[in-house]
Amino acid sequence: MKKLLIPALLSALLVGCSTTPLPEDANGAPVESRSGSSTGVAPVTAGGLDASGLPRELTDPKSKLAQRSIYFDLDSYEVKGEYKDLVASHAKYLVANKGFKVLLQGNTDERGSREYNLSLGQKRAEAVKRSLTLLGVQEAQIESVSLGEEKPKNAGHDEAAWSENRRADILYRAADGRGEF
Amino acid sequence: MKMNDMSRISRRIFLAFSLLAAGLAQAQLSIEITGAGANRIPVTIVDFPGDPTASRVITSTVRADLERSGLFKLIDHSNLAFDENAPINHADWKARGADGLAAGSISRSADGRMEARFRLYDTQKGVSLGGAAYVTNSTQLRAAGHRIADYIYEKLTGEKGVFSTRIAYVVKARGQFLLQIADSDGQNAATALTSTEPIISPVWSPDGGRLAYVSFEKKKPVIYVHSLASGQRHIVANFKGSNSAPGWSPDGRKLAVVLSKDGFSQLYSVNADGSGLQRLTQSSGIDTEPRYSADGGTIYFTSDRGGSPQVYQMAASGGDVRRVTFEGSYNVSPRPSPDGKSLAFISRREGRFQLAVMDLASRQVQVVSDSYKDESPSFAPNSRMILIATEVGGRGVLSAVSSDGRIKQRLTVAAGDVREPAWGPYFQ
Repeated sequence: MKKLLIPALLSALLVGCSTTPLPEDANGAPVESRSGSSTGVAPVTAGGLDASGLPRELTDPKSKLAQRSIYFDLDSYEVKGEYKDLVASHAKYLVANKGFKVLLQGNTDERGSREYNLSLGQKRAEAVKRSLTLLGVQEAQIESVSLGEEKPKNAGHDEAAWSENRRADILYRAADGRGEF
Repeated sequence: MKMNDMSRISRRIFLAFSLLAAGLAQAQLSIEITGAGANRIPVTIVDFPGDPTASRVITSTVRADLERSGLFKLIDHSNLAFDENAPINHADWKARGADGLAAGSISRSADGRMEARFRLYDTQKGVSLGGAAYVTNSTQLRAAGHRIADYIYEKLTGEKGVFSTRIAYVVKARGQFLLQIADSDGQNAATALTSTEPIISPVWSPDGGRLAYVSFEKKKPVIYVHSLASGQRHIVANFKGSNSAPGWSPDGRKLAVVLSKDGFSQLYSVNADGSGLQRLTQSSGIDTEPRYSADGGTIYFTSDRGGSPQVYQMAASGGDVRRVTFEGSYNVSPRPSPDGKSLAFISRREGRFQLAVMDLASRQVQVVSDSYKDESPSFAPNSRMILIATEVGGRGVLSAVSSDGRIKQRLTVAAGDVREPAWGPYFQ
């Protein structure tokens, strides 16, 4: 209902204005309608994406490949030793399945500038990408991007939450285009 | 706290507005004044004879604008109403303490539209400072009020007013991200874009007709340019990797952007239609948050090339890089003022993220906010106020701070977090 209501409301507010200067020193500027509506703003809704259709070995919770998150220390952009096996498993799968692609999403905690954090998250995604390519995964199979502080896994505001959010996630897409991104 | 020290006014102005649908009203901004200037100009706005409802809308808009600016003190008009042609007893108004006096009238023209006329007087000198007449629809009376307030502001302060400008910001509420546009007083809010994924870094085109922003609707940051009137938008940068931090060139033809297509975040320029990509920086670390100077000759940006994030500047075509900030280990989000005299940025000091302003001539830096989680500064087009996102009581709010730190306003929405403010250009 709202989607219908808002444009109707805006068009109901259609106006036009003009100015008549006063005889004396009348240099006030005119009040004009903004592009035909009271706000001049047409509402738009962005579409979402669906994720589905990946092989079970990537999604079965018992499979190592279902583990998709790599956590980072504060101010660190190095993949820690404890994630070596995990990264190796994903590299092996991608080498064996060259039609599959991954999207690496780097994340940061909430402190500081959103845009600077976006660049820091990119550093984390790049670190995972480098680990994968060193293990033989083709660059064309990988896209590393950043979500910065925008998509926290834990919405809290303490160190426990922040450590969960200093993270890179691996999303898969199958050769037929179906998948998580 | 002294009564005559007006720097601590705490007066909440509730701005519920009956014209808006309920769906919009829940995201309506309300404004609280938390600081005002020391020397405020005393003015009186008398009621305008004519349609009492229209008079109330216009005069209350004018009064609220002037009061909110922190530069004016409203002198009681004793419910007096007289028009712009009535004889003025200047000595009487001077005695009441009003240096400025505005009177006006509202009439209905033959086609049903409203005409608001006003004249401004300098009671000290006993002269008229001019006036104007605005013909408007009854739904646009507030806009006429903003124009009158701009006129009064300019005549009495010598600077252009910004009451007729608009602001953009992002509201996060109930898992949705709304890119909204509102008048500078928070009224008349409209949603330009609704998304289930984050929207960040909106910036106004210099003509005020378009916004560039970063949307995550494709599961990664992508830069769009969005025409507000039509709702049409197009992708400016969707390269492999992340695309973010757009900044318009002053002529509105280009955007400085941040891309990670060649590794870490680096600066590029691109035409507003997405063509003509050029790389501007070649560093081994992070370069981000580019903003053109008002003259278009320089780009200020954030870089970690020196080991910690600091503000740098370079030629708009790339090269000739110079470091701008030196104090502390975290100085980000540079925003040069439209008048070219100062630079606003966010500085971390003792774990607090605060708004700082550098005088570009003397390079003196002053922290001007008293909040601790400041982000995303944006100058008003007259360079006097800076809008920032900050946090109060765990909620995202906007705060407008004068560049000398004296005047402060807080803008909140009832049902969500508000962030990523961008102050629009002068109304054209």
